[in-house]
Amino acid sequence: MNTIPYFPGCSLKDTATGFESSAQFVMETLGLRLQELERWNCCGTVTSLTTDDLMHHLASVRNLVRVQDLHESELVALCSMCYNTLARTAQRINADPVERDKINQFMDRESSYEGTVEVRHLLQVLRDRIGWETLAQATPITLEGLKVACYYGCTLLRPKEAAIDNTEKPTIMSEAMAAAGATSVPFPFAGECCGTYQVVDRRDLSIERSFRVIQSALRAGANVIATACPLCQHNLQEAQKELGHVQGLADIEIVYFTELLAAAMGMDPQRLPEGLNVLIQQTAEAQTGWGGS
Amino acid sequence: MSRKKTVSVENFRARVEELSGENVFACYQCGMCAAGCPLTEEMDRLPSQVIRDLQLNDITLLDSNAMWVCASCLACEVRCPKGVDLAKLMEALRQLHLRKELDHVSIDEMSQQEIAKLPQIALVASFRKKTG
Amino acid sequence: MSEEKMMQIFIMGKAYDVPVGVTIMDAMEYAGYRFVRGAGCRSGFCGACATVYRKEGEYRLEFALACQEMVEEGMHLTQLPFTPAPRSSYVLSELDADENVLLQHYPAIARCVSCNTCTKACPQDIEVMDYVQAALRGDLKKVSELSFDCIQCGLCSMRCPADIKHSHLAQMARRLYAVTQSPEPDHLKTRMSELAEGIHEVQLDALMKMNLDELKKQYAARVIEAEGEES
Repeated sequence: MNTIPYFPGCSLKDTATGFESSAQFVMETLGLRLQELERWNCCGTVTSLTTDDLMHHLASVRNLVRVQDLHESELVALCSMCYNTLARTAQRINADPVERDKINQFMDRESSYEGTVEVRHLLQVLRDRIGWETLAQATPITLEGLKVACYYGCTLLRPKEAAIDNTEKPTIMSEAMAAAGATSVPFPFAGECCGTYQVVDRRDLSIERSFRVIQSALRAGANVIATACPLCQHNLQEAQKELGHVQGLADIEIVYFTELLAAAMGMDPQRLPEGLNVLIQQTAEAQTGWGGS
Repeated sequence: MSRKKTVSVENFRARVEELSGENVFACYQCGMCAAGCPLTEEMDRLPSQVIRDLQLNDITLLDSNAMWVCASCLACEVRCPKGVDLAKLMEALRQLHLRKELDHVSIDEMSQQEIAKLPQIALVASFRKKTG
Repeated sequence: MSEEKMMQIFIMGKAYDVPVGVTIMDAMEYAGYRFVRGAGCRSGFCGACATVYRKEGEYRLEFALACQEMVEEGMHLTQLPFTPAPRSSYVLSELDADENVLLQHYPAIARCVSCNTCTKACPQDIEVMDYVQAALRGDLKKVSELSFDCIQCGLCSMRCPADIKHSHLAQMARRLYAVTQSPEPDHLKTRMSELAEGIHEVQLDALMKMNLDELKKQYAARVIEAEGEES
């Protein structure tokens, strides 16, 4: 089976294990195995934005070196924060030989980074390498009737250089959902911020932002929100817990987009979120009830 | 008080421009950044005012909460018609504090119960943006 | 005493002539320094004698254990008797190893920038940065395995720009891993039951009854386990 170097990130080994296992299942089914880097470190989670602060790019560059050591030039990430941080660092350091040289001198025990590794998000790999046709053919279980709000958040769309699709009107996740037979419902907060790391010292702020995202999805008629970010998922679920009394807020499922794809590909339901299984079953029953009576 | 430690008045704008790599005079105050910012309600100065204050070399900006409320979501960055990256200016303002060990989040004061509820992705990001 | 070959080194900025082929610790004692703190087993196990030096003509600071590293001509030396690194207190049996427990006790690990300075400072050749990264993702097994040779000298923490307490968190991880995940080793079980049966009581009783002279005699006649010999 073909393989592609894969960077998991901390969350996928801890709070978001379902994201990883579902993605692995999806990619195995499609014949392109995610090959986890043998040695990797935290991506840094956020990009350092000052001109002179190269130190905070080290973590990302070390991961790129691991890919280079495999004689590969492509690295795929699932977590959108990892994707963004790795991709932005790769773009900056690949394009700037002076900064690259400085970093190489500092990391004197590593192989010298040549600036040749590019970082992709799994959605890009699905679109550009696998193709929606192939994906559709690999989904025997249809998710017809499921109304998915594809929530991109910030890091898949911004900045433009790291965006995996149009920054204001992305369709890449909806296309993946469509391939699995689900209906993607457009909602205005698809690219809005969930409050991100503010949850650490300004929880009020992240709860409020996440609440608005969920409400926007609810009003658009969604019954499940698909995300690619463990922090978005955490914040949205915190808002659900905190504001569960708000009509409908706690009912909407918040899952990783790969979990929906894996369900459509027949992954063992026991390895998928319980709420998602129930939702899929109810939707299927409603569908047959509609068509069969 | 923190002003004295972080940067001198004469150097304020120049230092922020140096750290961010941005030209604050490119901004013509259209307000697009403030219009799209998801967190303006929490800020004591609007994102567009932050740039205006920089143009005016107003060092009291360092006492504003705007830079700490900003979540680097980059909604402003992708929409600015003049290509000013406000997120980088916010980062430069944070760095002026953080480089003098004026942390905005105190790790020592966080309880184990608080941390237990947080995923590491949030902690790493927060510490990177709010501790130096 | 036969003529010794001598060389010059610098201790805290002052020049001294010391014999060739001795350790940093021996050289400092030769020069007249007395180790009240910062020395322990003198065998590279206890981690008490962490030291910093710079070699003539080299730009980087080097780190080692004073009892293990040999002096070289022109070395500039100083001692670090102690690394202040607060240790989190916990009751092992009350910890939940499934949660982000290392982060709760040592949140500074979330500040790691992967600079690898800790690894470079380690006199035990441990991949310190890698175990900090494993700690961040809650991988107790990996932290335990990678940090196993740690002697807690604290040089990593001394150098860390993120103020991580490496050796303490690794110790916590090893303890947790031992009680929650790793299988209990057979030799430990055997030993514990032997102790419970009191196999050493007789020897201990005999020792307790000896006077000082008898104890000294026993000590002088003790059998020291030879290096590499199976115990």
